[in-house]
Amino acid sequence: MSRYTDKPAEQSGPQSESRRDFFKKGSLLSAIAFSPGAVLRAAENKWDEKIADEWEKIPVSLTVNGAPYQVKVEARTTLLDLLREQLGLTGSKKGCDRGQCGACTVHVDGVRVNSCLSLAVTNDGKKVTTIEGLADGENLHPMQEAFIRHDGFQCGYCTSGQIMSAVALLKEGRTASPEQISEFMSGNICRCGAYSNIVKAIQDVKNQLS
Amino acid sequence: MKPFQYMRPTDTPAAIRVKGKEAGAYFLAGGTNLVDLMKMGVVAPEKLVDINRLPLRGIEVVGGGLRIGALATNSEVADHPYVLEHYPLLSMAINAGASPQLRNMATTGGNLLQRTRCSYFFDPTMPCNKRVPGSGCGAIDGINRMHAIFGASEKCIAVNPSDMSVALRALDAVVRVSGPAGERSIAMEDFHRLPGEQPELDNTLQKGELITAVELPAPVFTKNVHYLKIRDRTSYAFALVSVAAALDLDGSRGIRGVRLAMGGVAHKPWRLGAAEEFLKGKTVTEDNFRQAAQIAMQGAKGYSYNQFKLRMAPNAILQALKTAAAIV
Repeated sequence: MSRYTDKPAEQSGPQSESRRDFFKKGSLLSAIAFSPGAVLRAAENKWDEKIADEWEKIPVSLTVNGAPYQVKVEARTTLLDLLREQLGLTGSKKGCDRGQCGACTVHVDGVRVNSCLSLAVTNDGKKVTTIEGLADGENLHPMQEAFIRHDGFQCGYCTSGQIMSAVALLKEGRTASPEQISEFMSGNICRCGAYSNIVKAIQDVKNQLS
Repeated sequence: MKPFQYMRPTDTPAAIRVKGKEAGAYFLAGGTNLVDLMKMGVVAPEKLVDINRLPLRGIEVVGGGLRIGALATNSEVADHPYVLEHYPLLSMAINAGASPQLRNMATTGGNLLQRTRCSYFFDPTMPCNKRVPGSGCGAIDGINRMHAIFGASEKCIAVNPSDMSVALRALDAVVRVSGPAGERSIAMEDFHRLPGEQPELDNTLQKGELITAVELPAPVFTKNVHYLKIRDRTSYAFALVSVAAALDLDGSRGIRGVRLAMGGVAHKPWRLGAAEEFLKGKTVTEDNFRQAAQIAMQGAKGYSYNQFKLRMAPNAILQALKTAAAIV
């Protein structure tokens, strides 16, 4: 079965089934070994806490592009991996996976972030928008149109991140000059060097709106 | 990334209590440094205590000064109208750091706690006294272009990469912390430390302590300020050297007050006290600024690949002061 599925990973085949059994046993042991006190106290006090022993999956509810999702993730799963591997939203790209390239840029509660450095569990209850959520049906977002019109990409790998940053940039009001656009787009690296056309695309959309 | 336990307490005492139970527990805020370190295998927490839901995000004017909640993001602080008007140096410094996306995630407390580090710290195949105490320093005889020129030791020559902290150091900020033994205040001067014999310690927080806020004294340096950051590319890179310059001038260009601090040159934000002393009471002239820059360089020491900083640093101090004083 493809790993690009909206089903939780444990439903995806006999191999991972046995793996899960192993982890279940492992996590029971580690719960005893590591912190029975904290687990018990959390239960006693009914704190709003989420406790995950090693390898155990944590339920997370979040809205992605307007649709509600209830998923289970390992604590170490990043938002980027949740989007790509579990929800099948592969528009957000994994470039450096270290917050240095911006290919993974998405909006969380309306603010642009690097989804590769954000743990999925910390996004419980949040509203996420990815590149797949920008278009209105068959109608592209004005920024998507402008990137095409101005040839704002070559290989395209950084493009979804560039567009997500550019849409946020307009909202932030950092489009006063080409220099300001460049400065506040600096978290998105383009290996092909499409920068000048990206700036033109952003200026175009800004002028359309004003 | 190694598996870990995840907990999300909703009040500060619970967060401190939960973390205090285990040596391998870390607080998680924006995650921009910690998650990266975990991915690289530099740190492997047994437990993450997610503090993002704690009520520590407010920015409020208190008693003439400003109290910035530890969870206020770097963007929220830099764009805050009161900060822009009364503490413009802080806004400039924050916006010189990282990228817009990272500033949207990174918090005030987390920025203070980002590791003082270098590329050897980030590479588990290399020796590093900060990552593995006693393993040696790969940088001291290695590629040390980015490294310290002030306050280093034989154990470690890494620099603190925070821009925000340089401005906070110049503005005499105070860090408020809460821990198992109660609350206390730490002056920025005392918050970060030099490597000495214990480079594994970046700061003076005690076990289990949590930063709750950063407090700024009443604003003085509202006009003649500048944050100059010299780096390998125009934006989104660590400083080779950076300078926070703040001047309080009287009507005849006399210097009533001055603050100078540098980034990219030491294990902690580096305050230029002797240069400040020299300038206080003098008037704004390029010559005075040049002399101050030379005074600031006393005790500087370069290594194989960062000798250029010994010239770049005084030039940057001079330029930052000139820009702050609006000398063309």
